[in-house]
Amino acid sequence: MSALLSPADESGLIAAVQQAIAARTPLAIEGHGSKRGLLRPVQAAATLTTRGLTGITLYKPTELVLSARAGTPLPEIEAALAEQGQMLAPEPPDTRGLFGVSEAATIGGIVATNLSGPRRITAGSIRDHLLGIRFVNGAGEVVRSGGRVLKNVTGLDLCKLLAGSHGTLGVLTEVTLKVLPAARASATLAVAVPDLAAGVRALSAGLTSPYGVTGAALRLQAHGATALLRLEDFPDSVTYRASRLREDLSPLGQVTLLEDSTALWRGIRDAEALGAADEDAIWRLSLRPSAAPALAAKLQAAFRAKLLLDWGGGLVWVAGPATEAAHAAVMQATSAARGSFTLFRAPAPLRAAVPVLTEEAPALAAIGARVKAALDPHGLFNPGRMRSST
Amino acid sequence: MIALPPPKPEILARRDEIVAALLGLLSADAVIHEALRMRPYETDGLTAYRQMPLAVVLPSTTEQVAAVMRYCHQNGIRVVPRGAGTSLSGGALPLEDAVVIGVMRMNRILEIDFDDRLAVVEAGVTNLGITKAVEHEGFFYAPDPSSQLACMIGGNVNMNSGGAHCLKYGVTANNLLGLKLVTPTGEIVEVGGDHLDSAGYDWLGLMTGSEGMLGIVTEVTVRILRGPEGARAMLAAFKGTEIAGAAVDAIIGSGIIPVALEFMDKPCIHACEAFAHAGYPLDAEAMLIIEVEGSVAEQDALLGRIKEICARFDPISLKVATSAEESMAIWKGRKGAFGAVGRISPDYLCMDGTIPTGELPFVLKRIGEMSVQYGLQVANVFHAGDGNLHPLIMFDANDPASFRKAEDFGADILKLCVEVGGCLTGEHGVGVEKRDLMGVQFLPHELTQQRAIKSAFDPGWLLNPHKVFPLTEHA
Repeated sequence: MSALLSPADESGLIAAVQQAIAARTPLAIEGHGSKRGLLRPVQAAATLTTRGLTGITLYKPTELVLSARAGTPLPEIEAALAEQGQMLAPEPPDTRGLFGVSEAATIGGIVATNLSGPRRITAGSIRDHLLGIRFVNGAGEVVRSGGRVLKNVTGLDLCKLLAGSHGTLGVLTEVTLKVLPAARASATLAVAVPDLAAGVRALSAGLTSPYGVTGAALRLQAHGATALLRLEDFPDSVTYRASRLREDLSPLGQVTLLEDSTALWRGIRDAEALGAADEDAIWRLSLRPSAAPALAAKLQAAFRAKLLLDWGGGLVWVAGPATEAAHAAVMQATSAARGSFTLFRAPAPLRAAVPVLTEEAPALAAIGARVKAALDPHGLFNPGRMRSST
Repeated sequence: MIALPPPKPEILARRDEIVAALLGLLSADAVIHEALRMRPYETDGLTAYRQMPLAVVLPSTTEQVAAVMRYCHQNGIRVVPRGAGTSLSGGALPLEDAVVIGVMRMNRILEIDFDDRLAVVEAGVTNLGITKAVEHEGFFYAPDPSSQLACMIGGNVNMNSGGAHCLKYGVTANNLLGLKLVTPTGEIVEVGGDHLDSAGYDWLGLMTGSEGMLGIVTEVTVRILRGPEGARAMLAAFKGTEIAGAAVDAIIGSGIIPVALEFMDKPCIHACEAFAHAGYPLDAEAMLIIEVEGSVAEQDALLGRIKEICARFDPISLKVATSAEESMAIWKGRKGAFGAVGRISPDYLCMDGTIPTGELPFVLKRIGEMSVQYGLQVANVFHAGDGNLHPLIMFDANDPASFRKAEDFGADILKLCVEVGGCLTGEHGVGVEKRDLMGVQFLPHELTQQRAIKSAFDPGWLLNPHKVFPLTEHA
């Protein structure tokens, strides 16, 4: 077990980074480490955690803005928002079940992995709601980007760059997010469809309707599938739109109205509805929805993949054997669909042996290496986390 | 006046040779080098600044853009990308020793897919052109900058353009899937794709709003959205800016996010009313235009709730449109605001800071005091939901002292925006206009960090070296 550095505040974190610079010690960067099993294993002499940097530092409900130190547990933020009838609209998943850990994610980890749930399809991703950041770069400096206002195009947008960079470019110390009112009511329409292709058509029908669908997922059964379309708004709107959407969808299959679907959408958000076995590897793919049926057929033929579709069919969760052969089939099928993949969960030896993310064209990879050097000149942060080369 | 980096004498001396080389790469009609024909490219929407370029090229394909960029890279020639030239911050201002690459001939719509809710278009397609191409199926492209009739999607990407409806639909960055672009070294790369949230670094997000410093965008994959069943506006006028600000807070606090929430101050109300005769109340200190979407019954319900909320703030008038025509009448004054101010004063600077919405009354009070102090009139329009302020400072362009005063007044407003927790620019970009104010918002090492990322893309600082950052030895 490597040394654990757990500074209590930002200045302590700067000191830890400066020591790492002086000693040229690579650092594994974590919040609570709840997603340590994601992407490639990091080989580092020490782990630097932001778990000591906690607390909501600003919350103005009428300005739709919340700031918190990076180590603040997500449930603490969600509870503070719920008290004011607000939410993080991108609905970040709780991946504790998938990774078999007990500690909740930190808000810094949510931003650094840019993971968003079902509402992402219409409300945008975590990075879309990220208004500002403070981070410590690989030179030990605190750098700010963005701010606390909803519209800001001042300078290069490092918020977008740091979101989803998995701690390889800087250590987030504080994040500021746009928050939104939580809907007062919701309803889900479940459409029984014969197969996956018909299911994607039903999801598209919902998302191309004028009724503001905020969740569009597809669960597969042994025979047939269920397309799920969620509506969220004021109660009178939800009632009206559910009846209109039901009419539109009824030619596609039998439609059932589910009044209380909170647990159902949580299961989709957290990919528990995928039904992965403990020993299965899990992949998370993004592609254009119309490409999903062909991709699904390939993966089911290759290794009888278990599948769960979200984002109107544009997000495909895949479970299957944790083998290089299955991974190669996922890579090939994703590439044929011009999509993007993440090896989300697998035993460490597999994660260390294969590309865990879609590979980049050489021209872009070269720019990426220079951007990494611009932010982390000594290559200290999370070496090898995203790609074997960085 | 803002300084431009000194031209490289060796490039100016080679002008004929460079023009000949460009003519070898593109057809003769795509290379503009005569002074008279270059004149339209010397400025953009910020007409106070003008600079003739070395030459202008108008390629028709990504490969041609790459060929020109590669040549310029190999020869150390600076490049300024240009869309429609509508930037209000001087984003398209050329340099004397730079080749302007205009993408306006790249105006084809390559693909529209309603089921996948995306469109692939070339960079020179206008913002409104995208909506025009999809509206027959009830779809639209959401960001709607006020220049949308003319401005091009390539420019929108580079400036991360907003609009009046971004409170609900977000800005350009929230409505993109992918880009094809030419790097400063002349290579063609694709970032993002035709799907959401590509794995790996978010090049798409970094490129958006990078003001033409990181690459030349040639193709854009945008999300298209199905429009709502309908939309309707209402007008609410109040006795004070604090009261109007409190009403905005109460609306948002009630859980309603209107699709648009516009604020006008008294000088702006008067200018717009004189111009558009929209029936705005002239005795009001502040006025809100609030728009909601949905079916007629949903609009009625939402507007009813908003009306009830506004009624608690002792309004001077509350007018709910009962038809699309009445909605248009309410919007007419606001949409003509810039033209209306132009009638009072042919010359005005349009500023673009963002503030925390709670600071609005204080900021408007300070702007009013500065207006007296500088002796220049100002009218304020404001996207109240998101805090994006547009003070219009009126001056006389024939009087250099008046222009200098207007610039100083504008700079003071932007400094105030930063002081109260906001930023220099919400949607117009830094360009050259606000370049020298970047030190107000960022510390020196933060600017150094941003410059290092620019260097990672553009080691020779050839692409738009005079924008966004205060000049250094790079440029």
